[in-house]
Amino acid sequence: MIQFTDVYKRYQDRHEALSGLSFHLNKGEMAFLTGHSGAGKSTLLKLIALIERSTHGQVLVNQQNLTRISKRKIPYYRRQIGLVFQDHNLLHDRTVFDNVALPLIIEGENHREVGRRVRASLDKVGLLSKERSLPIALSGGEQQRVGIARAVVSRPPILLADEPTGNLDPDLSRDIMNLFEQFNQVGVTVFIATHDLELISTLPYRQIALHQGRLAQQAAQ
Amino acid sequence: MKGLSFNFKGYLLRHLQVMLFSLGRLWQQPLSSLMTATVIGIALALPAGLYVLLQNVNTVSDQWDDASKITVFLEQGIQTNHGEKLANDIKTWPEISDTIYQSSDQTLEEFRHLSGLNDLLDALPKNPLPAVVIVTPDENNVTSESVSGLLEKLQALASVDQVQLDMEWLQRLRSINKLLERGIGLLAALLSLSVLLVIGNTIRLAILSRQSEIRVMKLVGATDRFIRRPFLYTGFWYGILGGLFAWITLIIMMSLISDPINDLTSRYSSAFTLQWFTGFLLLVLPSIGTLLGIGGAWLAVGRHLDNIEPD
Repeated sequence: MIQFTDVYKRYQDRHEALSGLSFHLNKGEMAFLTGHSGAGKSTLLKLIALIERSTHGQVLVNQQNLTRISKRKIPYYRRQIGLVFQDHNLLHDRTVFDNVALPLIIEGENHREVGRRVRASLDKVGLLSKERSLPIALSGGEQQRVGIARAVVSRPPILLADEPTGNLDPDLSRDIMNLFEQFNQVGVTVFIATHDLELISTLPYRQIALHQGRLAQQAAQ
Repeated sequence: MKGLSFNFKGYLLRHLQVMLFSLGRLWQQPLSSLMTATVIGIALALPAGLYVLLQNVNTVSDQWDDASKITVFLEQGIQTNHGEKLANDIKTWPEISDTIYQSSDQTLEEFRHLSGLNDLLDALPKNPLPAVVIVTPDENNVTSESVSGLLEKLQALASVDQVQLDMEWLQRLRSINKLLERGIGLLAALLSLSVLLVIGNTIRLAILSRQSEIRVMKLVGATDRFIRRPFLYTGFWYGILGGLFAWITLIIMMSLISDPINDLTSRYSSAFTLQWFTGFLLLVLPSIGTLLGIGGAWLAVGRHLDNIEPD
């Protein structure tokens, strides 16, 4: 589903974030991306989401070669990927419902379908009762779940998360991971960058560890 | 076909939603929105007001009155009955409403009366003044443009020496009007440009204040067109509201000056009333405002939206 072949990413200040990285993530797989901050985790996710482009090498996502996707086509490409961020990236002047509905509105989904799918998505993350709240009125864990609901509402085949539990206590973190597992169980490919090794050590998924832009290890548990 | 019409309906519905959404955002900051719309309104009202005044002056100068009588000087030694016949002939022309024949003796008498040069005139061996026909053109059939043709026609008549129309003041007024028209045009162009820039800058600030929102939208797959749309509608609202403000400002200004103007004109010509062009301006001002609004928004969006990318 996601395949990196000898990928380099060099920034304009000549800092090399990724050096000759190759790995493959299967369809329907769930995996963690680990490493110290500065190891290249964020850069790797940005390449998949086409926020950045690789300097060298090939990135294949869902059978598409990312170097061949023009700037105009990027929005349509991104609709196949649900993104979850550490700081949620919610729109604070809109209700929970409107936040989750955003990807569907962008796709031009009709009114009734939007309502149905937003509520299904909010129900899945346990926030159906909060649909009229503003994000500011929610706790950190709830805001993160709104972010997840938004990421999955358009049923993308791939879910990417960058430090989704970074600001949460262990119990809430476990809840969030549990949610990701549930999406993985219905066939979504899930790729989560995290430095919370303690949390993921108890989970039976592959870990891809980065060290200074290279693969440190590739161990399946 | 059914699917197509359904999609089109959905498309219109989405546009309507964005349109109302943009209006709602303006409503959230009523004071600053009002100020922007007022600036636009004043900038549009100024040239429009001058245009209305100029149109009124043109209406006045297009009207015929006593000052535009034509004096036809006949050749020396024309007999009175010949002159009277000529005057009657001219009177039958469709573009003429009246003629008066005045023999050379009558002309001398009039000149004597007006000038007060009795002694000097008595000293002349013979009357140097010609007989004249005073022609009043029919204002329904003769315009200030077609009058020169009439003058040539009179000049071509046998036994006519010279034709004179006291038109100079009218021509001067018309030249001044042309100059003013050009000036108002330039002023309107400059003020339109400033409206364009005001709206552009307002939209630019709106874009900057929504940078993080735009980033999020791009991350969840929004096209540039989708992101652009609410900003263009914001420009549209500023423009149309500014145009309506301009119209209201103009009506207020006109009602303030209409009394003194009517007072002034009643001393010259009782037929004149101030033309307001209210319907025409109600159509034109918001239309121009809308065009400038969307144009200014387009400039701002084109320049700034591209620079905002997720990081």
